[in-house]
Amino acid sequence: MVQAPERLIGAEVKRKEDPRLITGQGTYVDNLKFVGTAYLAILRSPYAHARIKRIDASRARVHPKVLAVFTGEDLRRDGIGSIPVGWLLPDIKLPPHYPLAVDKARYVGDGVAAVVAEDRYSAYDALSLIEVEYEPLPAVVDQEAATRPGAPQVHDEAPNNICFKFAMVAGDVNRALAEADGVVRQRIINHRTSGSSVEPRAAVALYQPATGELTLYNTNQNPHLIRLLLALTMNYPEHKIRVIAPDVGGGFGTKIYLYPDEVVACYAAMKLGRPVKWVETRSEYLRATVHGRDHITDFEVAYKRDGTITGLKVTTYANLGAYISPFAPLIPTFLYVPMLHGPYKLPNVSAEVYGVFTNTTPVDATRGAGRPEATYLLERMVDLVARELNMDPADVRRKNVLEPFENYQTPLAFVYDSGNYPATLNRALELVDYARLREEQRRLREQGRYIGIGLSTYVEVTGAAPSQVAVSLGAQAGLFESAIVRVHPTGKVTVFTGSHTHGQGHETTFAQAIADEFGISIDDVEVVHGDTDAIPFGLGTYGSRSTPVGLTAAYIAGQRIIEKATKIAAHLLEAAEADIVFEGGRFFVRGAPERAVTFQEVALEAYVPRKIPADLELGLEATAFFNPSNFVFPFGTHVAVVEVDPETGQVKLLRYLAVDDVGRVINPMVVDGQVHGGVVHGIGQALWEQVVYDEQGNLLTGTWLDYAMPKAPDLPSFQTDRLETPSPVNPLGVKGAGETGTIASTPAVVNAVLDALAPFGVKHIDMPLTPERVWRALQAARGQG
Amino acid sequence: MFPATFEYYAPTSLEEALNLLRQNPEAKVLAGGHSLIPAMKLRLATPPALVDLRRIPGLSGIRLEGDQLVIGAMTTYYDVQTSELVRQHVPVLAEATDVVGDLQVRNWGTVGGSLAHSDPAGDYPAIILALGAEVRARGPQGERTIPIDQFFVGMFTTALQPGEILTEVRIPVMGPGTGAAYVKFPHPASRYAVVGVCAVVGREDNICRQARIAVTGATLYATRATAAEQALQGQTLNADTIRAAAERAPEGLTITGDRVFASEEYRTHLVRVLTRRALMAAVEKIR
Amino acid sequence: MARVSIRINGVLHEADVEPRLLLVHFIRDVAGLTGTNIGCDTSQCGACTVIMNGRAAKSCTFLAVQCDGAEILTIEGLAKDGQLHPIQQAFWEKHGLQCGYCTPGMIMTAYHFLQMNPNPTEEEIRHALEGNICRCTGYHNIVKAIQYAAELMRGGAPAPTPAD
Repeated sequence: MVQAPERLIGAEVKRKEDPRLITGQGTYVDNLKFVGTAYLAILRSPYAHARIKRIDASRARVHPKVLAVFTGEDLRRDGIGSIPVGWLLPDIKLPPHYPLAVDKARYVGDGVAAVVAEDRYSAYDALSLIEVEYEPLPAVVDQEAATRPGAPQVHDEAPNNICFKFAMVAGDVNRALAEADGVVRQRIINHRTSGSSVEPRAAVALYQPATGELTLYNTNQNPHLIRLLLALTMNYPEHKIRVIAPDVGGGFGTKIYLYPDEVVACYAAMKLGRPVKWVETRSEYLRATVHGRDHITDFEVAYKRDGTITGLKVTTYANLGAYISPFAPLIPTFLYVPMLHGPYKLPNVSAEVYGVFTNTTPVDATRGAGRPEATYLLERMVDLVARELNMDPADVRRKNVLEPFENYQTPLAFVYDSGNYPATLNRALELVDYARLREEQRRLREQGRYIGIGLSTYVEVTGAAPSQVAVSLGAQAGLFESAIVRVHPTGKVTVFTGSHTHGQGHETTFAQAIADEFGISIDDVEVVHGDTDAIPFGLGTYGSRSTPVGLTAAYIAGQRIIEKATKIAAHLLEAAEADIVFEGGRFFVRGAPERAVTFQEVALEAYVPRKIPADLELGLEATAFFNPSNFVFPFGTHVAVVEVDPETGQVKLLRYLAVDDVGRVINPMVVDGQVHGGVVHGIGQALWEQVVYDEQGNLLTGTWLDYAMPKAPDLPSFQTDRLETPSPVNPLGVKGAGETGTIASTPAVVNAVLDALAPFGVKHIDMPLTPERVWRALQAARGQG
Repeated sequence: MFPATFEYYAPTSLEEALNLLRQNPEAKVLAGGHSLIPAMKLRLATPPALVDLRRIPGLSGIRLEGDQLVIGAMTTYYDVQTSELVRQHVPVLAEATDVVGDLQVRNWGTVGGSLAHSDPAGDYPAIILALGAEVRARGPQGERTIPIDQFFVGMFTTALQPGEILTEVRIPVMGPGTGAAYVKFPHPASRYAVVGVCAVVGREDNICRQARIAVTGATLYATRATAAEQALQGQTLNADTIRAAAERAPEGLTITGDRVFASEEYRTHLVRVLTRRALMAAVEKIR
Repeated sequence: MARVSIRINGVLHEADVEPRLLLVHFIRDVAGLTGTNIGCDTSQCGACTVIMNGRAAKSCTFLAVQCDGAEILTIEGLAKDGQLHPIQQAFWEKHGLQCGYCTPGMIMTAYHFLQMNPNPTEEEIRHALEGNICRCTGYHNIVKAIQYAAELMRGGAPAPTPAD
């Protein structure tokens, strides 16, 4: 008899992926070696905006190690098209985005030519041998300024640089503003950041002329999507392309898209008939890999004397950069505007968003994508109202958060699946001992020390789906997820998932859930992902969708396995199917648990039939495409405690608490890890990280010497806690946990700093709250006082 | 990430190294390489030849000679940090070394390399300048001693002549009645000094007999804050006199800012604040 | 071209290389040991950290020619006889990694640090990691892993974990 294992869902299981990663056996793209590999390097525009008058590659071509040089014209001549946009909006302007610039370069980093050489060093040497005659053009960087008359035009197809306009209205905001006891108006800038995974992007393309098979090993989060976009861009049959995303060293959204460089690698491999490898340098990453956020927003909020917030009016200019990255139109629209209702009762909301082209690196989803921008706005809004009313920010939140619910229709289209916002808020306040913390703050202020306490009460949307709704709103792909569960004759199981893990731990958490479902050992379950030739057509990992959508697909396939296995067991046990019970890895006859067969015995019978009749299909394998009926909405409350040095403006994070509710938890250790990392991404944006251009569009933060990410000495250890309100949307009751930390932490930290500065009368400072910005705000406040 | 091509020489004697520099006037001297190689990877530096000092015996080590602590040019930060002699005779150097670069940089970056590089945001130039050290160099004309006050002459520029090699730095041991501290405001990304101030204070009967204050990060190269030094000279050492002196620290300095993290105005402010903090800490450490 | 010989994980690797070849490229492309990763081009991220002659070194900040005759330990050489090193074991048990890309550098830095400081405080651990960037873990569990590794290495006798 096989011992039924202990329940795995909810257990802190050590990760199955770790042994290879802690011993240096990871399969990151640059680790892959193929005989005869040539190396690709991209010549990038040093100008933010310039006409390309002439490209002379003759000196590069005669370099003894150079195999080929390509330009945008070469690619166009060979039928390589524009990279498609994956989400369309009404009246959206769609200027082409060719893998190498044709006629004009539109941002610093725009690819202008490509070199393929025998080795990496020579490829980079040859870049300096290509002569490009540029005619520099006026550039525009600021998205609001870009819409004004007379601004430089990034694309002829988009007058005033406006790519799209998007608006939503709930209730009557103007009336709320007119009837308010008070109104606060604030401009906030949610500045540009870089996802900056520690692994840059990389690609290896292989081409088999005899079969026409094109294989791309690539750092991405969703191989089927890359394959689809690649097929469309290259006008090449989808079924002849195989995309493999092996071990990927972090994504944070930046590895969702098909980029120009990967297309050029494929093109070069086909032209040369050799494996072509391209590995981005970090300096290239900061120019050529999408950035995130970059909103300029004005808002007005209406409130009543008792702290009730009654209306919110928002105008946002969202910077799209120089081209439309495949999912860029989605981020400042459907992932932002409907979330402006937040966790609050807030009945009247109106928002207008302009998506604007500028001469900067394209902007698309990075960790959080739209929801951090919404949550930052809302949480600043609540604190500004609290300040006006001289109320405690916790009390204003208590006053406005929704009561516990299941399936709540917001006035902005979404139906929140389940939530208990007062519970996480109260739990957080209890765990930090809020009253005592406030008391300590008062005491320290008397000593001239400035501690600040910042709250962030958030709800976010994960588990992107349902597909029909998404497609009706502009998605050019469904948002389901797929899985195949294959039970082998020995009862061992392989799960093929359309999700992709690049740090999230699916190889472990998916195995936990499926092992539990079958009552078998986790060692008997292997999770395969990331290869279009191995997995069913899947949409990959983004928007914290892997557990609620990807794992659910696997779970449903598992249920189909059990259904079939029950039929087989009935034959083996010579009992009616209706009388068969499956529990702890055993099938037995109801009321007679000793009449049993194991999962493994059933699996063997499915392939080596002894008793099952001929009309029962052999094999034990099931496929599922899960298309959820709704999104899922994690929520929680985070608290940051900071100290500000009023003399230098330096902020020190003293303490951080995250209370989250992400539905049912598969592996608490993994979820804690997601929260820690997410929180630090958000802290980074609040305090240090920013992508900066000068007025001419030159990138001033083009290396990791300038782009400031959190390092270990900058941070304390964190405190995490969780409540579990299951989601009704999927059978496991799970939600997503990958982005909650990022969404919640940015406003928590900013609110904490402004709370510390309250005695000086400072109400708002735009991020990042660098020492100089804090110091300047204090100088200005002192000047007024 | 891919340096341009160059000729590489690894001489085994100082004479051989000097000859190589004579034959290759555009060559760069390679010490620890922790400033030069990063610049070469970005092709900001493309020297046609490198003369690596690593295989020349006798260029590293720490010893006491009379009232001078002598540190060989190829001595690493790690060696300084772990040296009992340093801890005993110039304790500020051991303490301050802990905030230079990061653990890996301290393991391999060298004292001589740091000084000869004269990075505008380097830590050691300010520390060694405040300590009133002198530098020994060997060149075609033989050996000479350069007072540290004459050593730093510009951004990435020192008093070293073409063909000269820095061989050691000689730091006066800190006697009784002296205290020193280095206060650094690091850049969040590079961890270089946005502003760093090193203060060395000599006290007798609670009167400041000597103060040397050196600033890095804010200036184009490590520079003494002489106005603040003079303001303190002969004064009773207390919070008020220190504050008053620190206010004058930026006088005479050419302070520059950047457009992303810290402007000229803010750095000027930090020079004042950090000077005060360094002086307070230095006085605290007087033994 | 220059002849260099570098002993990596006890194995001597000899090759004629261009003087400009970085040590990390020697390790990855010449010796074929791809466990040591490259994350930046300005010596900030520490992903390429190895142990050279006993000290942690960013292998992107050395020319291979400078390291002629050196002894190097990379992540591949840490487990002995199929047994994980206590630091590897601690990273596994404390969930000190997610995507794993910075991990070899983190582990090699910790290896050197714990030799210098076998009983560190949290603050000392965080200070030691200043030259290593992680974007997944927020450092929280890396710090916990190094604390745990220190415990294992001091206590000596935790149950060994098989390498695979």
